Amino acid sequence: MAPAIRFRSAVALLGRFPALAGVDLAVDPGEVVLLQGVNGAGKTSLLRACAGLLPVVSGEAEVLGCDLRKDRRAVRRRVGLLGHSGFLYEDLTVEDNVRFAVRAGGAPTGNVEPALARLGLDGRLRRVHAGRLSAGQRRRTSLAAIVARDPDLWLLDEPHAGLDADGRDLIDGLVHQAVAQGKAVLLASHEADRAESLAQRIVVMAGGQVHEKAPADVA
Amino acid sequence: MWRDAALVAGKDLRIEARSRVATNQIAPFAVLVLVLFAFALDPDRGVLSRAAPGLFWVAVLFASLLAVQRSFSVEAADGGRDGLRLSGLDPAGIFLGKAGAVVLQLLALEVLLGVFTALLYDTPVRGAVVLTLTCLTATLGLAGAGTVYGMLAAGLRVRETLLPLLLLPVVAPVLLAATRATEGALDITTTAEAWPWIRLLSVFAVIYLTFGVLAFGALLEEA
Repeated sequence: MAPAIRFRSAVALLGRFPALAGVDLAVDPGEVVLLQGVNGAGKTSLLRACAGLLPVVSGEAEVLGCDLRKDRRAVRRRVGLLGHSGFLYEDLTVEDNVRFAVRAGGAPTGNVEPALARLGLDGRLRRVHAGRLSAGQRRRTSLAAIVARDPDLWLLDEPHAGLDADGRDLIDGLVHQAVAQGKAVLLASHEADRAESLAQRIVVMAGGQVHEKAPADVA
Repeated sequence: MWRDAALVAGKDLRIEARSRVATNQIAPFAVLVLVLFAFALDPDRGVLSRAAPGLFWVAVLFASLLAVQRSFSVEAADGGRDGLRLSGLDPAGIFLGKAGAVVLQLLALEVLLGVFTALLYDTPVRGAVVLTLTCLTATLGLAGAGTVYGMLAAGLRVRETLLPLLLLPVVAPVLLAATRATEGALDITTTAEAWPWIRLLSVFAVIYLTFGVLAFGALLEEA
């Protein structure tokens, strides 16, 4: 089976700065890999490179069979990135934001209702403008958009941040469900205990490189 | 591409309908510009009615700057530009959608400003066809160029102040041609004199809309 992510000596630039300085990494479908490392280690940059948002300028970088050095746009519809930003429009309602993401991504609009229900946004909240949501509700809305788009690769940057206990459990449930469907999940988190319990493998990053790889139960 | 354009235009127009920035801020600003010109130029000496076409298009030009800035400020919040890139939408569709939303807002504004101009400056319209074609072609040009330069400035920290510096010199031909063509529609000159200017406006619009369709992807990646 072809890996969902295959980076070999990949260098990615953030402006002129090499945010990834020769990354070697492979993630298989149905696998959860946790990225760990201090701030500035390159975790977010790796997630953004996998989403086709950072240009890979040397080495090899394939995501879902797409060569990122040749065509970064091809992969974007097939990944779901939960980043520091929520990609929400303040003046659109929760439902409108999710519906726009789904229609833009070419996913069935029938996915919207189940996604809103799954994230607990199907009541009064669906008609609230994103600009009036709490941080946790915004996170849930961004997640609902990802769930509704049903991507083949989940890229989660600090997915538990800003969520209450129910929300954190919800994230864990979504990750388990994605893996059960054969989707790959790459996540970065400082919440070691919770994230390690999700991951099958841990990758430690420093200075824009992968420094250590270990099974989750060993790390 | 057209499906993506309709999706983006619908999204931008829905945002404007909900936020009411266009109706509560941009339109009053443009009307205020017309009123200030009326105060500054003495209406008794006939200056206003002769200068009406130019003053109308100056007001539209200022309003178009605000509309373009607004169009890209909604993408700047909460990582919107990354969201657009991740959406998988065709960049040409994004360009046409954003430009299309600006066109519709400006056309509505021009109807409003046209009424105010006729009332404040005492300028009856005699060439409705010429005036309609002038508004359509000039607005397409303004929106096309505005969307290109709006995207160019979008990734910069000083985008609010830079955009007018970039855009106003570029759209100066639109101001000139639209003013001359409108003079034909208002009987200040003849309608026959308006047609070459409308052709110039059409060429400008085609150039910028084509350039935007071709280049917007690269601009979006660099922003």
